[in-house]
Amino acid sequence: MSGYQTGVLIILCFNIMAAYAVYLPLVAGQLNLGIAGFMAIGAYTAAYLTNEMGWSLVSAIPAGGLAAGGLALLVAVPILRTHGIYLALATFALGQVISAVFLNLEVVGAAAGYPVSTYASPLAVFSVTAAIVLFVVGLSQTRFTLYLTAIKNDRLVADLLGLKVWGLQVAAFTLGAAIAGIGGGLYAHHFSFIEAQHFSVQLSIYTVLYVLLGGTQTVWGPLVGALFFSLVPELLRAGEAWRYVIFAALIVAFMAVRPQGLVTSTALRGIGRLFGRKPAAPGAQP
Amino acid sequence: MSAKAPLLALDNVSKSFGGLRVIRELSFSVARGQTVGLIGPNGAGKTTAFNMVSGVFRPDDGTVSFDGRDITNMASRRRIGLGIARSFQNVRLMQHLTVWENLLVGQHVRASGLLNLLTPFRLIPNHRWRREVVAALDEMGLGGYADATVSELPYGIRKRIDLVRATLAGASLLMLDEPAAGLNPVETQALTAHLEALKARGITLLIVEHDMHFVDKICDHVVVLNFGSKIAEGPLSVVQHDAVVRTAYLGAEQAA
Ligand SMILES: Nc1ncnc2c1ncn2[C@@H]1O[C@H](COP(=O)(O)OP(=O)(O)O)[C@@H](O)[C@H]1O
Ligand SMILES: [Mg+2]
Repeated sequence: MSGYQTGVLIILCFNIMAAYAVYLPLVAGQLNLGIAGFMAIGAYTAAYLTNEMGWSLVSAIPAGGLAAGGLALLVAVPILRTHGIYLALATFALGQVISAVFLNLEVVGAAAGYPVSTYASPLAVFSVTAAIVLFVVGLSQTRFTLYLTAIKNDRLVADLLGLKVWGLQVAAFTLGAAIAGIGGGLYAHHFSFIEAQHFSVQLSIYTVLYVLLGGTQTVWGPLVGALFFSLVPELLRAGEAWRYVIFAALIVAFMAVRPQGLVTSTALRGIGRLFGRKPAAPGAQP
Repeated sequence: MSAKAPLLALDNVSKSFGGLRVIRELSFSVARGQTVGLIGPNGAGKTTAFNMVSGVFRPDDGTVSFDGRDITNMASRRRIGLGIARSFQNVRLMQHLTVWENLLVGQHVRASGLLNLLTPFRLIPNHRWRREVVAALDEMGLGGYADATVSELPYGIRKRIDLVRATLAGASLLMLDEPAAGLNPVETQALTAHLEALKARGITLLIVEHDMHFVDKICDHVVVLNFGSKIAEGPLSVVQHDAVVRTAYLGAEQAA
């Protein structure tokens, strides 16, 4: 594999991790527009632990995930009480606050950035990404993901059917943040340098955009969205400035035609039947 | 709790929304195994009464008890576990999912706990949860719909799928808000048969409905509401001739 190809794959991996971090709460209808903030928490925590405390990657990166998840749990009460646009704004603001804190935090280099000495190889990035994909796909086979969908669809009905709406939403939000934290920790150790600007609003917003583009009805949507986001700009190598504009235009066009995202559950069931995975309902129309 | 204790009892329940008294000192009860119709003109407070039994709203005053137990302030989420299930005026299913996926949510009370929550049961072909859902559909002659997408189904079928979901938790009381609204005569007939089957199982029904023909067929007893107060109660054939009830309906029609 050429260095260029590896580089593209690495970017794809980070985009996939960010995508699933956004996806989990989004299944329950919660838009987290501050995902970059949670990545920053994971990145700085893990980097600090390897740099200053001599921790190994194997413990520092999960610790970064825990820190991001822990913060999500702490802010869940005030933030998840809000809905719709207010929830989006609250997470957006939180992302900004986190970024501003790291920009001024001297122990991790403040505005000068923070060099990270321990290195995470491409293989490490690939393996962790694969593990996260497996984890989220595994979750999609459980009642947990189904219940998140039920909550997004109709909170009141979900509650009256006995679901712990609040607890499930907090769990989805926290798990998503933990995945972002793990992604951030790996990012820090793979690129060996982090600064607050890496975890920008743009990162948060683009992630939400390509997750929506891929679709949140199935677990494969975010993967397709991340693939699209990582590869299409590479194919459109038409000048640095223009390719993001073209990409954004493409997204708007896709959303107009297919607001539910590229991958829908109905489409997936159709494909499943085509390959005989699950027999079509015998006589669905009696 | 005596043997004669009603399954559901509202005692002097009142509820206001922003100064508007929507339910006024309402008392009625439903005996186990009974099918009671809750009728009255639009805006009489029927849905609000349902909302207080299911816990969506708390009464300002009075008590709601179920199976001899005061549930006035019990969290709405916990009521299904006691045996209280309901449907809404409009069908509220997950449109883009299949029928069986929707029904899995109805099963929740009997498959709760962390282990059940995190079991990747979809990887197990014909898992017992699926078999149970399909069996519940089969019982109602809906077995062929298990893998159909809800949005592709006719309204009458969706309505009945909604009922299957509401009863999967093993409810003893099922509250239906205008179940026959929007159904054609054939669908109404299928719904009637469905409800008869539930009655035969011993499920107690509380039904809000405008179609008096339907009420006559299915209910043993009706409670009539007007402006949040109970104005009459008894068998439909008797209540229908009550002067106060007739004025309430006529008044509502003239006002409309
Ligand atoms: N959540 C609410 N907030 C304010 N007013 C409400 C609310 N729910 C119902 N109402 C009012 O209460 C009255 C009774 O409504 P409802 O119980 O829906 O009547 P019905 O089901 O008998 O047609 C109506 O005037 C309605 O506008
Ligand atoms: Mg109503």
